Amino acid sequence: MAMIKVHGHHLSTATRLVLCCLEEKQVDYELAFVDLSAGDHKQPQYLALNPFGVVPSIQDGDLTLFESRAVIKYLATKYRGQGTELLGNNVSEQALVDQWCEVEGQSFNPPASTILFQTFVVPIKGGRTDEAVVKMNVEKVVKVLDIYEERLSKSKYLAGDFFSLADLQHLPCTEYLINGCGKGDVISSRKHVKAWWKDISSRPVEESH
Amino acid sequence: MAAVKLYGPLASTATSRALACLLEKQVEYQLIPVDLKKREQKKPGFLAMQPFGQVPVLQDGALTLFESRAIVRYIAEKYAAQGTIGLLGKSLAERAVIEQWMEVESQTYNPPSSFLVFQLAFAPLWGIPQNQTEIAKNEKKFSNVLDVYEKRLSESKYLAGDEFSIADLSHLPNTEYIVKATGKAELITSRKYVNAWWENISSRDSWKKIREMSKADSKK
Repeated sequence: MAMIKVHGHHLSTATRLVLCCLEEKQVDYELAFVDLSAGDHKQPQYLALNPFGVVPSIQDGDLTLFESRAVIKYLATKYRGQGTELLGNNVSEQALVDQWCEVEGQSFNPPASTILFQTFVVPIKGGRTDEAVVKMNVEKVVKVLDIYEERLSKSKYLAGDFFSLADLQHLPCTEYLINGCGKGDVISSRKHVKAWWKDISSRPVEESH
Repeated sequence: MAAVKLYGPLASTATSRALACLLEKQVEYQLIPVDLKKREQKKPGFLAMQPFGQVPVLQDGALTLFESRAIVRYIAEKYAAQGTIGLLGKSLAERAVIEQWMEVESQTYNPPSSFLVFQLAFAPLWGIPQNQTEIAKNEKKFSNVLDVYEKRLSESKYLAGDEFSIADLSHLPNTEYIVKATGKAELITSRKYVNAWWENISSRDSWKKIREMSKADSKK
């Protein structure tokens, strides 16, 4: 069977999410490098894969797919029965996985990725990090993490007592927030969030990156 | 079987997104209004169900679920055998493409359209000053997104393929407000295929029912 081909960038959080999932599901893949600094993602060749011109996209046989959260759902479903189970064990558990995946996408990711953008991307483009914007978004992240703290005091992982896509979705951004943006205290100052982070970031798959 | 409970005001886009799916799947439901003006969603009773203090929330037996798109997927999955069939596609590959367009709605269509709806339809009603610079920025952003949709819908009847799916459904609430309440309807109506798609999906029985319910609501 042909290997899954991931078109993306090894530093992009969305690409890393897909790679992480492939590793958890023990699926063979190859990574085709999309040179973001050269603007490859806006060229016709890439736009044919993803008309929105963002990474990553995957090719699995005839299927081309983009949006990292959709890709990992696809992989978790297709490869049920091998590697780590990531969707819970029944319709209700899967709904809770989905709920917390949505929380990540709607409430955690916007402020967290803004902090990453200000810290990493703005300077590369010749600008200066806007500390007021960073501060405002750290406050938003903190509000979300306070709710996570309460949740994780009652539940080992976000969707329940099982690791799932919902926890996985938080890995790439949070890693950068801690190692790169120097915002580790938002995690380490919250007892249950800290324990959860220690757990999910020390999974064998995560350590190999 | 007891009716599912959906907590939220009909005027909220997230609430009508969830309700549209309940209607498509012909699921018996009870819509329990939540008064956002009185900040009912921030009171302890509501926070116990939804700790982020946002609408809607679904209760189906022992399950309490929030995030409208998660509710949509759950209802489509659990009640797969009734109401509109095929909302999740007929194969793994079809489902994947539906999920892709659900994410496009969530990450790319929703942010600029929500911003425009809030600034142009609601801010004036609530005496909140408008931010013209940001309105112009978001209108440009939304236009660019709609250009991609125009190309897609020129090649495909619905977003994910030949059949109506939860991906199209997810777009109903924001687009309704854009067309009816922002003065920017032409963003949709000036694009041939986007407009045809919009006319098609908004004339479904489920959306007609929501329009009737909204009209009745506004007369109270």
